[in-house]
Amino acid sequence: MTDTSRGLPERPMSPHLSVWRWHITMACSILHRGCIMGLWVGAVILAGWVAALATSPEAYAGYLAVIGSPIGKLVLLGETFAVFFNVAYTIRQTFWDAGKGFTPRFADMTGAMAIAFAVVATIVTWVIAHANGAF
Amino acid sequence: MVELALPKNSQIKSGKHWPAPAGAKKVKTFKIYRYDPETGGNPRWDTYDVDVDACGPMVLDALLYIKNSIDPTLAFRRSCREGVCGSCAMNIGGRNTLACTHGWEEVPGKAVQISPLPHMPVVKDLIPDLTLFYAQYASIEPWLHTDTPEPQTEWKQSPKDREKLDGLYECILCACCSTSCPSYWWNGDKYLGPAALLHAYRWLIDSRDEATGDRLDALEDPFKLYRCHTIMNCAQVCPKGLNPAKAIAEIKKMMVERVV
Repeated sequence: MTDTSRGLPERPMSPHLSVWRWHITMACSILHRGCIMGLWVGAVILAGWVAALATSPEAYAGYLAVIGSPIGKLVLLGETFAVFFNVAYTIRQTFWDAGKGFTPRFADMTGAMAIAFAVVATIVTWVIAHANGAF
Repeated sequence: MVELALPKNSQIKSGKHWPAPAGAKKVKTFKIYRYDPETGGNPRWDTYDVDVDACGPMVLDALLYIKNSIDPTLAFRRSCREGVCGSCAMNIGGRNTLACTHGWEEVPGKAVQISPLPHMPVVKDLIPDLTLFYAQYASIEPWLHTDTPEPQTEWKQSPKDREKLDGLYECILCACCSTSCPSYWWNGDKYLGPAALLHAYRWLIDSRDEATGDRLDALEDPFKLYRCHTIMNCAQVCPKGLNPAKAIAEIKKMMVERVV
């Protein structure tokens, strides 16, 4: 592809991420990727919870202490966001699969809505959890 | 492969500064990517303070002014200067567009930053090597495939079927879309990219084309088509207002429809 046979130096690669001015749609796409990875971690946390429950009351108490710690709560807060954002994004993708919602302005709007929904739903979930004495 | 940072030989150093001539009233700074294969070394950002009263309203006008009046060594492609040829596609203010149809006043920020189309091998300054891009376009066989004997007159198409090509045939192959796509950045050797796929769809839905099945077979691959993750950069930047993302979604629909 890059013919440098005439003894010229290898061609440099033009800048990409470092110069790009992001659209909401691109930010949403990458956030979605991040959320999927986060949900893999969430699945492991959930499996760990079940495993601790099956092991012994002490193991379970220990596990709860870890996920109930401030760092644990922060991770769970992130997981809550990841779940809700994933739900909203998947709805968006379903419309895309039907060939709908592709104009850039509309896609920007639905992307912003997906983020807003995830933020609000996360807050509501944690407020309800707090009100019910979960932490 | 995902490589967020630029390779060592591609990292951009700071370069020369070209001050505005004395007496210039309205000055705009243009920060331009420079790379000279003859001298080698890393690319650099040169800054030009341009007396914009002396040049036209478009970014291409400013580039031509710089080349004619300040620094004749600046290299870039241009031809029609009216958004038809696609030669002057480049990254302007962080977005891919055509220099000839984009006003420098529209670019946000203090300086107008101009670099070649992203994640491409740079031949010189603002000129990327588009060999792969054209090869990908050729790979979708962008011409009419027919088995039936050629008619005495032209291949007929109803106005309704002809309408299906609107929003597709207008593509000028400027490469703004493909080089805006992160999927194409990371997998440009295997993923065909938005431009080639938009053209693939243009032939898939052409009522006169008789190779729809073969064309879909050729795209049935984990990378060629399915690396599109609907990031939407292609549709966001297309200087002709086309929507490759939607065309790709339509191809994916055709893939599903033929198996169910």
